[in-house]
Amino acid sequence: MEPKTGAKGISLGSLARRPETGSLIGFVVVYIFFAALGGKVFMSAPGWSSWLNIAAEVGIIALPVGLLMISGEFDMSVGSVIPASSMMAAILSGHYELPAIVGILGGLSVGLLVGFVNGLIVTRTTIPSLIVTIGVMFAVMGMTLGLAVMIKGSTSVSYVPDPLTKSILGQFINGMFNVSIFWWLGFVAVFFYFLHISPIGNWVFALGGDRESARNAGIPTDKLTIGLFMMSGFNAAFVGIAQVMTYQSAQVAGGQSFIFNSIMCVVIGGVLLTGGAGSVVGILLGTMTFAVVNQGIYFAALDPNIGSIIIGALLLAAVLSNDSFRALAMNYATKKK
Amino acid sequence: MNKPVLELKNVNKSFGPIDVLHNITLQVKAGEVLCLLGDNGAGKSTLIKTLAGVHKPTSGEMLMDGEPVSFARPKDAADRGIATVHQFGGTFPLMSIGRSFFVGVEPTKGFGPFKVFDKKTANEVAVKAVQEFGITRITDGDRLIGGLSGGERQSLAIARALHFGARVLILDEPTAALGVKQASHVLRVVMEAKKRGVAVIFITHQVTHAMAVGDHFAVLIRGALAANFMKGEKSREEITDLMAGGEALADLDAHLEDNTGQGAAAATVS
Repeated sequence: MEPKTGAKGISLGSLARRPETGSLIGFVVVYIFFAALGGKVFMSAPGWSSWLNIAAEVGIIALPVGLLMISGEFDMSVGSVIPASSMMAAILSGHYELPAIVGILGGLSVGLLVGFVNGLIVTRTTIPSLIVTIGVMFAVMGMTLGLAVMIKGSTSVSYVPDPLTKSILGQFINGMFNVSIFWWLGFVAVFFYFLHISPIGNWVFALGGDRESARNAGIPTDKLTIGLFMMSGFNAAFVGIAQVMTYQSAQVAGGQSFIFNSIMCVVIGGVLLTGGAGSVVGILLGTMTFAVVNQGIYFAALDPNIGSIIIGALLLAAVLSNDSFRALAMNYATKKK
Repeated sequence: MNKPVLELKNVNKSFGPIDVLHNITLQVKAGEVLCLLGDNGAGKSTLIKTLAGVHKPTSGEMLMDGEPVSFARPKDAADRGIATVHQFGGTFPLMSIGRSFFVGVEPTKGFGPFKVFDKKTANEVAVKAVQEFGITRITDGDRLIGGLSGGERQSLAIARALHFGARVLILDEPTAALGVKQASHVLRVVMEAKKRGVAVIFITHQVTHAMAVGDHFAVLIRGALAANFMKGEKSREEITDLMAGGEALADLDAHLEDNTGQGAAAATVS
């Protein structure tokens, strides 16, 4: 029996037990693969901007979706919040010509409201969040389309933001890097603080580990769940608004791809589908891996369909490795016999 | 004699037309281990859920330190110092020891809105608390709960309950899923809790385990108190017979013991 000192210090063994290790290996492997095929262009600024722009958009949504998954819930409704919030912003600021800030706040409120409704239904009923959020997604999609047609008589609304708003939410720096990359990194910092440093982060893990015990331990589980759903509504709305500012128009369709893409980023990032485990660094790495594959395909001059195959395979590999890393972490004790 | 910490007076509990508990009158004192024995379906779970504030008694009185209490939810019971530890420890397999120890009562440092979870303190306190119970194998608060053995998990859960000021500790079949050695660890932890003046309610259907630590025994049969006696008043065979509803199970038990030795005997009572 070797004495365990509990001293910090990075050993290979403890590194292998970190849940993010699998995600890191995945990212490095995928990056090297596409760097080899895509050549210099992929490794230079245009290549980086191309995948970072994709990563930023999906990454902003993947963070709260990941936290929800850690707490044991799914959120499918993000796919409809994006068009709903961008439509709200474009109608308020474009159609009614209100100040940009009104459109932005209006769009964000849509996200918060949808999140609140999701959370309320999930906590008040026994319907699984997967079903609740799919239902809410369709309802929001229908309302977005109906209202857009009613008010504007069209499925797309254009809006030209003022230069300040544009520079904050929709500018391309050097003509390449979307400003939302910085927003994404900001969100990463906030979510990292929330989950890993603040005491409430502990509640999120407890909630996903065992809801009943968490409640008995005095955690306000319902409030926390509603809050997490509102976070994901907020972030999805943020992305919707950033899209309006970037592309200067809002469409009623679109955003559907974010549903599965965000979940994929989260799972590739090592978050357990059943809840209770995961990390913000993992979600960050998962998002980067996803984006590199997504964009690397074009640089590597491969058939884009191959990209989907790779992402599918990555997802399966991620779930498998999540399981084995968890088993490793659990077996910590048996080694000492 | 000291006054009972927790007392039930003529407690009845029914779910709709089904009566689950009839006229239960029981008391447990500080520093005493009350063993609640009974076969499956005897109402043990309902009784402890009533004690823990999950169910409200249909009629009858619950007293704590002599004054009547009524719990609307488990949190109320927990606030009064009644802690329940379930068969699997009721903890979070994928959380670290330090983190799960402080779920809901996280230690923080820092100021204002920028409170920081104090991992160092959490780990140190958790490890120290469990080591005081003789579980010296736990030295690293960063280990995951899922990596602990069943006995270690139980001990950790008990240590946690006592650390947060439990005065009445309800143990719901803590040894049922454990091997012999692990079970003895848990029994030792129970003795330590008793020594600290905690009132322990130990639910089990393993008579050997009950006899090892119990001061006071209560046998439940079909929701009613069939027997209530102190240590040394009844033999192991008598208790086993009582639990089985008066059937001569002890004979069978003894018979099996003769044939296959101790191991089988342990299996028959479990």
